[in-house]
Amino acid sequence: MEKFTKISSIATPFPRVNVDTDIIIPAKHLKSIKRTGFGQFAFESVRFDADGNRIEGNVFDGERYKGAQILIAGDNFGCGSSREHAPWAIADMGYRCIIAPTFADIFAGNCVKNGILTVELPQDAVDALVLAAEGGQVINVDLEEQVVVCGNARYEFDYNSEQKEMLMQGLDEIGQTLTAKAAISNFEARQQRMTPWLYR
Amino acid sequence: MPKTMYDKIWEGHVVEQRSDNVALLYIDRHLVHEVTSPQAFEGLRVSGRTIRRPDSIIAVPDHNVPTKDRHKPNPDPMSTAQLAALEANAKEFDLDYIPMDDVRQGIVHVVGPELGFTQPGVTLVCGDSHTSTHGAFGALAFGIGTSEVEHVLATQTLVLKKSKNMRVTVTGELPVGCSAKDVALAIIGRIGTAGGTGHVIEYAGPVIEALSMEGRMTLCNMSIEAGARAGLVAPDEKTFEYLKGRPYAPKAGQWDAAVSYWASLRSDEGAKFDREVLIDGSEIVPLVTWGTSPEDVAPVTGTIPLVESFKDRAKQEGVVKALEYMGLAEGTPITDIKVDRVFVGSCTNSRIEDLREAAAVIKGRKVAGHIIEAMIVPGSGLVKEQAEAEGLDKIFTEAGFEWREPGCSMCLAMNPDKAGPGEHVASTSNRNFVSRQGPGARTHLVSPAMAAAAAIAGHFVDVRDF
Repeated sequence: MEKFTKISSIATPFPRVNVDTDIIIPAKHLKSIKRTGFGQFAFESVRFDADGNRIEGNVFDGERYKGAQILIAGDNFGCGSSREHAPWAIADMGYRCIIAPTFADIFAGNCVKNGILTVELPQDAVDALVLAAEGGQVINVDLEEQVVVCGNARYEFDYNSEQKEMLMQGLDEIGQTLTAKAAISNFEARQQRMTPWLYR
Repeated sequence: MPKTMYDKIWEGHVVEQRSDNVALLYIDRHLVHEVTSPQAFEGLRVSGRTIRRPDSIIAVPDHNVPTKDRHKPNPDPMSTAQLAALEANAKEFDLDYIPMDDVRQGIVHVVGPELGFTQPGVTLVCGDSHTSTHGAFGALAFGIGTSEVEHVLATQTLVLKKSKNMRVTVTGELPVGCSAKDVALAIIGRIGTAGGTGHVIEYAGPVIEALSMEGRMTLCNMSIEAGARAGLVAPDEKTFEYLKGRPYAPKAGQWDAAVSYWASLRSDEGAKFDREVLIDGSEIVPLVTWGTSPEDVAPVTGTIPLVESFKDRAKQEGVVKALEYMGLAEGTPITDIKVDRVFVGSCTNSRIEDLREAAAVIKGRKVAGHIIEAMIVPGSGLVKEQAEAEGLDKIFTEAGFEWREPGCSMCLAMNPDKAGPGEHVASTSNRNFVSRQGPGARTHLVSPAMAAAAAIAGHFVDVRDF
């Protein structure tokens, strides 16, 4: 997994509330058995009309926000389905960080596994960042310091320490967990004595 | 200190405490379907890892499967490839696999309980957010992403942050004509789609106790629509009765020990919940969603709310967008909304009791002439068999409904079942998101009885007057 320490980039403003993972990537595009190539279908209903024509002026296409690595989003971003295709699609579009007032739990967890940092900031801070993004200002996100800086504004954010380490070091979580193999075996031996019906 | 049911199950599965609220948690049960698993199996192969406990897994195709003409080749090559990948992976890793032509095949969240694979006190995961369904048995069950699917396959654990405890108590008695779906929608309407974020919801109170296992599954299924990763109902005699004799349930020699363990799981008297919500079940009426979020609910006797009635500016903007998408105006009576298509099915409402509820309304009546398609999709082959034994299929087909093969069907339109652009669908599924049931489709979430009544009337109608 790619490490995340800090980034400095313009941002795409998309502050709609309750954006669900069906909006991020519709189910009809989940049939691939690979992890890549989902970006072209991301936010399809925002980018294309019913006939498949690109909607002029949508924030995800065109020159205005080209190269943005930060997405400024609305409250409860990523609600709905657990599909990891949603962060795969967002990563495929080039984003490394999403800033919103809140995120849905499963989506936020899926982002970490894919090197995407989700930053929760109060609504007024997000509103200010939307304006800054629309003005083409560069936004700086520093995970080590847990701070977002934009012009003179500075917003500190909370972040889970385990996930911070995972992101900053780009760790392979399965590899990490397998170092606890003995503890897992001990747990199983104990559980099998107490609830043997769970083992076949 | 008194503990909640969630606390007990969590503590019983901690392999290693990592920090204050993060732990390596043991996972007992894993359901696998074709859409969210191929990349996980591929990850195992690439890293040369194996599956730690194949005996903890059932694999079954559901999302992509066609619900008719199954003997014909699947028209979609990508679906075919994904279905084939599941079968090949199940074979390679030696998993219990239920093929499409097996009578046990169906939606994972119908199959797990039906086979007795879902049990009280277990931790159960699946790469699907509606895994919360299994909480109806007092199992800690939640949806996970594909990276987590791979993590569970390889290690039988997950690194998790403990959620907060929330209790939703539904008092009184549910009025005639209302069902578990209305309870779920009433709760989401009250607390919102982010109301349960960061929490596990325990459902309690007389209305919940009175629900059948099917009703409890419907309720827990939609916990995720309230933002909660998992829902829980305390196991009781109904739970034990439901499980007894099912293929994966504890056998005779272990049954009594299992039941006494299961009975110990309920929340202790005086256990502290971080948040409590109280709902008077006697006041619940049949509900219909009018927008593009499951929190956009209105009583069938009411109207679409005025935009200005929402306090929050961002929500107001969302409502304007939603009404534009739905082609509806604020203030419109719900019963004025015409229905073009009807879908009874999905992991929310495709069990035998749901089909009985629909059949009771449909019996002897006909689907309205302008309805493009009305379909009933049983949740599994076993549900289908049971419904046919009771003659429900005849009631449906004589009324003009299609009677299909089991699968996720039109809940998410990644198989041939879809609604067209602009069509209003009375649907017993769980999500009314933009284009969820097909590009431009307009979903209204309702109970099976309300969907059946809408099919007959051609518009939404109060099933209590029907």
